[in-house]
Parts: sequence; structure tokens; C-alpha cells
Amino acid sequence: MDITINKQLVQKGEKDQDFTPVFNINNLNLWYGQDHALKDIKFDIPEKQVTAIIGPSGCGKSTFIKTLNRMVEMVPIVRMSGEIVYRDKNIFDPKYGVEELRTQVGMVFQKPNPFPKSIYDNVAYGPRIHGIKNKKVLDEVVEKSLRGAAIWDEVKDRLNENAYGLSGGQQQRLCIARCLAIEPDVILMDEPTSALDPISTLKVEELVQELKKDYSIVIVTHNMQQAARISDRTAFFLNGEVVEYTDTSTLFSNPSDKRTEDYITGRFG
Amino acid sequence: MVVRENFQLQLEEMKQAIVQISKLTEEALELSVDALKNQDLDKALQIIENDNRINVLEDEINDMAILLIAKQAPVASDLRRIIAAIKISSDIERMADFAVNIAKSTIRIGKEELIKPLEELPKMAHHAINMLRTATKAYIDEDVALAKELGELDDFVDETYGKIIKELLELMTQHPEQLSQISQLLFVCRYIERTADHATNIAESIIFLVKGKRYGLND
Repeated sequence: MDITINKQLVQKGEKDQDFTPVFNINNLNLWYGQDHALKDIKFDIPEKQVTAIIGPSGCGKSTFIKTLNRMVEMVPIVRMSGEIVYRDKNIFDPKYGVEELRTQVGMVFQKPNPFPKSIYDNVAYGPRIHGIKNKKVLDEVVEKSLRGAAIWDEVKDRLNENAYGLSGGQQQRLCIARCLAIEPDVILMDEPTSALDPISTLKVEELVQELKKDYSIVIVTHNMQQAARISDRTAFFLNGEVVEYTDTSTLFSNPSDKRTEDYITGRFG
Repeated sequence: MVVRENFQLQLEEMKQAIVQISKLTEEALELSVDALKNQDLDKALQIIENDNRINVLEDEINDMAILLIAKQAPVASDLRRIIAAIKISSDIERMADFAVNIAKSTIRIGKEELIKPLEELPKMAHHAINMLRTATKAYIDEDVALAKELGELDDFVDETYGKIIKELLELMTQHPEQLSQISQLLFVCRYIERTADHATNIAESIIFLVKGKRYGLND
């Protein structure tokens, strides 16, 4: 019995890329003016798994995650080449609307950023923009999203209170609920727990494990233990390049690149 | 500035503790063979008494490892280094127990005249002790090639073991009145063979430490 389990573990490490991709990134390059921030990025992001992006400050990980929903284009001096294919469509194709993309690819940020509105209105915001006016339908979406973000029990009796009255950890889960309300396919998370206390952090981590049953998640994190705990695959970025991208167990137990080893063992960065 | 200098120092400290426990065990094994050969009961008692130091040192190494895991959240080669230290110290401690077992057998045989002068047995024992020495060197230098040599060295011990056992069993039928002494020698022979096996376990841990891959040397 033990031997079988062992074999499976070994195979998990060896069988690379055995998944259905939600994103294919091909030779992606990005410049901020003269600064070459992403260099020939090429890898696939799996469906319904958690993909962690780690690396030292300034390595391009936040830039990278922001290209996935084309948020990076809001920076005026950005230039890009290469392609990002989301479910068989190149997201840079002019025919592909950015709104449509962002409906599919939601995002949660480093600092919780609820709107200065009630808890209810925060979650209902997206669906309303998409034209849902029926109160009953909205009620259902709000409850489902808040439950999905594991915060329903804490807020169900005060849905009409201002979201600013929630704790930081609750605000972050509210933002996740707001993201779920538009029923995305992919959730991007840019250091979603770096402003939270340890218990709130663990709650969000638990939530991510739940969410991956239904969503594909890409998470940028400075917390390497967090990447090790919650992700299925990890990409190590350094100076705008992907140094190593493999299943998380392998990356944290026996990385193949010396630079990865030095970074995760804390010998630099 | 060296990042994680303190952690590095603690890992080095743990390594030195392993070298120390290995040295003490090597001495204990040498003494036990000496005591057996010369039927020196005082020496045998000394080995049993000294064993406590080795047990305490193993506990200390385990405590260091536990604290490093708890405080430093080690990954990759750091983690393997700590896991290897736990396993290697446990193997060495078992070897020291065999030295105690040999000492106990020596005491049981007592001053009764040996059925024949011991030649092959001490030779095999020294070979096994040399394996511990080699394993320790491979550990210090993280030398995979040297660690792999232990597999071959163990084959020699296994062969000698088979020969001696056969000889002792023949002696048993010829001298049933010496059954007790011969049984003790059979045990000693077994202890030495097991000692060599633990040296190959150490070699496997070293390969795991360096390469991150498992490698069977006892097959």
C-alpha cells in the first residue's frame, strides 16, 4: 500500500504539464518605457487549480498577473508582444472586448478595497452593472457569493451596514465575494493576505482551497509558506523571467534551478 | 551581509553534533570488539556505561532539528539536511546500541575459554566500523560517490557474515556443551552485520540530502 502511494507521489513530480490549461502564455514580453519587465514568458496555467507566482520585489510577478486581465494596459507607457490565450482566444485580439475578459477573469487586490457602500451593495454592484435588477435574483446572488467567500455567517444580520465597518480580513473576503458575484472563470489574487493578520490569512487560504473546486486561481504572494501550503503549481519569477515552473511539491522540496533553491531557502532576495 | 547567517550556523552546529555522535559510536564499537577479543569485562562494562552519552546526544540532535523546523520553516535542501540529520543520528545511535549488545555478550561469555581464537569476527567488525567512518566522511563532505561505495563495502560484510555463521553452526554440533558461548558469538556476528546495514542507511540519507532522490543500497 505504502509503495503505491509513494509511486503516485513520484509520478506527480515527474508528470509535468498533465492538465487542461485555462491560459496559454506564449513568448510574452512587456516593457515599461525602456524597462523590459517581462521577458519571453511562456507557460500554461491549469484549470481549477491554484497557481502561485513567487519571486523577489520587482521581478515582474504583479505585472504578469495584471496582464492576464489586461489591467496592465492602464499604465500609459506599456508595450507588449507575444500572446496570452484564454480558452482558445488571444486576449489581445482587438475583437475581444476587455469587459468580456474581465467578466471572466476577476481580481482581488493586496489591500481590501470595498466600495463605500453597504455590504449588500458591494456584492450586488457587479450583477447590477450586468443588468440584473430583480431584487430576488440579487438577494440570491449576494447570499451565494457571501457564502462562497465564507463570510455569510458573519455578515448576514448586517447586510445594510457600511462595508468599512468590517475588519480587514472580513473586507478582503467581502472583496472575494464581490468578485464571485459576477461568476468569473478565473480569479487573480495579488498578494491577497499581505495586509491581513495571521488568522484572517489562514481563513483566506482555506477559502482558496474551497474556491479551486469551481475556479482557476492565480495568486501572487510574498509568503513562500503560503505558496507551499495552498498552490498546486508554482512559478518562480526573477528579473522578469520565469526561472522555474513546476508542481509546488517539487519546487519546495527539490527545485531544479540553483536560483530557485537560493530564493526559497532565503539565501537571497 | 550573509542572509540567514544564524540559521546557517545552527545547521553547522547540528552537523558537528552528528560528527561527534559518530566519533563516540566508532570508539564504542572499537572498544566492544577489543573487549570481546580479550575477554575484558571491565572494558565491556565501561561501554554500557558510556552509552548514555550517545543517547543524550541523539536527543539533542533531534531537539535541534525540531526547533529548526519550527522556527526556520526550512524548505528544499535545508529541509533535507535536517531530515537527514534526524535519520543519520538515529542510525548511529542504533549502531552504538550494538556496541552495548556486543559488550553484554562479552559479559555473558565471561572468562570462559573461547572455543577458538577470534579472527574473522574482529576483521568483519573492523570492516563495519570502517564503514561508519566512511559514511561519516561522506556526510561531512556531502560526497555522493563515496556514499555509494558503502553498498559494495556492505556486500563484503554480508559474505563474511554468511561464512562465520556457517562455521559457528558447525561448531555447535561438534561442541554442544559450548552452546551458550557459541550462541553469544552468533548474536555478536548478527550485531556486526546490522551495524554495517545502518552504515548503508546513512549513505542513503546522504544521497537524499544531496540529490533529493531516494537510492536503495541495502537491496
